[in-house]
Amino acid sequence: MPGPVLISFDKVWKTYGQGEARVHALAGVDLAIRKGEFVAIMGPSGSGKSTAMNIIGCLDTPTAGTYSFEGIDAGRLDRNRRALLRNLYVGFVFQGYNLLPRTTAAENVELPLIYRGVARSERHKLAMQALAEVGLVGREHHTPAELSGGQQQRVAIARAIVTRPTLLVADEPTGNLDTARTHEIMELLTRLNGELGLTIAMVTHEADVAAYAERTIRFLDGHVASDTASLEVA
Amino acid sequence: MIWETVRLSLISIRRNVLRSFLTLLGIVIGVAAVIAMLTIGSGTTEKVKADISKLGSNLLVVRSGRPAGPGGPGGLDQVVRPLAEKDLAALVAHLSGARAISPASQKQVRVIFGTESLTSGITGTDSAYLDARDWKLVSGRPFSDSETRSGTGVCLVGETVRQQFFGAGDPEGEIIRVNRTSCKIIGLLEPKGYTGFGQDQDNVVLMPLAAYQRRIAGNRDIDNIYIAADERTPTTELQPRVEDILRDTRRITPDRDDDFSIRDMTQIADAMASATTTMTGMLGAVAGVSLLVGGIGIMNIMLVSVTERTREIGIRLAIGAHEKHILIQFLVEATVLSLLGGIIGILIGLALAGIASVALTIPFAPSPAVILLAVGFSALIGMVFGFFPALRGARLDPIDALRHE
Ligand SMILES: Nc1ncnc2c1ncn2[C@@H]1O[C@H](COP(=O)(O)OP(=O)(O)OP(=O)(O)O)[C@@H](O)[C@H]1O
Ligand SMILES: [Mg+2]
Repeated sequence: MPGPVLISFDKVWKTYGQGEARVHALAGVDLAIRKGEFVAIMGPSGSGKSTAMNIIGCLDTPTAGTYSFEGIDAGRLDRNRRALLRNLYVGFVFQGYNLLPRTTAAENVELPLIYRGVARSERHKLAMQALAEVGLVGREHHTPAELSGGQQQRVAIARAIVTRPTLLVADEPTGNLDTARTHEIMELLTRLNGELGLTIAMVTHEADVAAYAERTIRFLDGHVASDTASLEVA
Repeated sequence: MIWETVRLSLISIRRNVLRSFLTLLGIVIGVAAVIAMLTIGSGTTEKVKADISKLGSNLLVVRSGRPAGPGGPGGLDQVVRPLAEKDLAALVAHLSGARAISPASQKQVRVIFGTESLTSGITGTDSAYLDARDWKLVSGRPFSDSETRSGTGVCLVGETVRQQFFGAGDPEGEIIRVNRTSCKIIGLLEPKGYTGFGQDQDNVVLMPLAAYQRRIAGNRDIDNIYIAADERTPTTELQPRVEDILRDTRRITPDRDDDFSIRDMTQIADAMASATTTMTGMLGAVAGVSLLVGGIGIMNIMLVSVTERTREIGIRLAIGAHEKHILIQFLVEATVLSLLGGIIGILIGLALAGIASVALTIPFAPSPAVILLAVGFSALIGMVFGFFPALRGARLDPIDALRHE
């Protein structure tokens, strides 16, 4: 039951370098993602997936074309406005977890709330709630070094959802995990998509991971090569 | 938000205790040096002031010879005319605003008692001398007027003289030999210790001026006239009056300079004190340069810290930190670091000054203003030298920062 359009690319180009070394990471991409969708993005290495994800997550801006987020021309906002947009609407999950080292799980999860100016006690409550949602009760005071990869990725997901974002951007979230952990994380993401109506854009190289999504977009040389409804999980 | 940031920076300082400490060392040494210098300096100033006030406050000292100035005391063209009894008499008769006026002629002379001997400062003076110098007697009595007039062989001795000859015993009534004459001790002076110039103020023998002139100096000159101002009269007001009277009795025509000098001990005290203050300030400034070096240390370590934590900055930016959040975080960290160094430096500096004050027997005079200034200055150094690294962190591109290993 997808809602209105959340994200739209209109002939988006991203070009790196000058002259001979010029690379078109994205070469006129058109695509739209609706609210509540769970989209997998696939494609060979260097096809522009991460580049597209960075623009979707408002970390980066297109060289040409228009990127809109909730009708806002996010591609033309300055970096501090985009920071605000990220803080209010976007959660990130990375392949390498990217938790602050030597900082407890609870403190990591609280981080985005600090930049929102949420009061300390409220922050703590919300962080505990988010950690409970990803199944990490009792691990609040562990630092990343004291957690397994799967647990660290759960903390990262808790940090991404603690602000109740509209969009979750996940670039190869299971890339560092074994099969069993991969499926646990995918089940968690699927649940968050279903229960919270969280829109998810996720890059993956594995078909069985992509299968959790409702829709798969394939990139090839900076273009969208195909855009199909996913096959059901076998 | 700010408290959160301060807490965060303390955590990050604690994570790297050794490195933080080494970074702080520059600031610690700089602040300690400044604080120790200024505290020892102001103790010295106090000591100098106290020493000079021991010489007598509100005291004018008249001497023969042209006043010291460019060209030095007493030109070659000038035959020094000593002060004489009529100068003293004129001052006693005409000067208003003086509490005491007393002549004093001085000489270092060998004093002998039994088999012991001691070179001592012999002063020929009158009964007003004790009042003029603000000296007191521990025991005995001052010279009587008739003893002063007739030049009887009586004397008052200082503590050093007593210890040399009588130990802890009572010197009164004993006869000592001074040069080729002898005198009977009639009183003991209160101990005054050393002056700031290392002169023992207790190694003295006072005797009537007439006796001194006749038996020791062999002339009727007066070396100095001490004039103590009364409470209502500042020395600056008294000085021109003294000058007028002396020019008059010494018949100095208006076209000629004074052939005597009047020294104002209060002014000398002030000049000495301000000289030490200037000296202290200069030493403090030199020490301040080491603070600059400390600041560069802070800048260096903050640049390292920003580079090391590039990924952390990337995470924070991705999560939605505004540039200013990152800027404040690193600025606060630099400031907290440098402030910590400043506080440690102040404690060490005060400890050094405390040890020095015992060793040099000067008062321990910590100044709250200087301490506050040091606190403020070290915080400022953190902010100034932390700014560039912090700005560098804040301006990082989040994507590059996240990719950083
Ligand atoms: N900062 C950059 N400077 C120059 N070229 C870049 C930069 N970032 C990406 N590229 C280039 O853009 C192209 C797309 O890169 P991108 O990271 O989007 O690929 P990807 O699809 O995510 O690949 P992978 O599956 O390996 O992660 C590549 O050719 C890459 O070399
Ligand atoms: Mg990629």
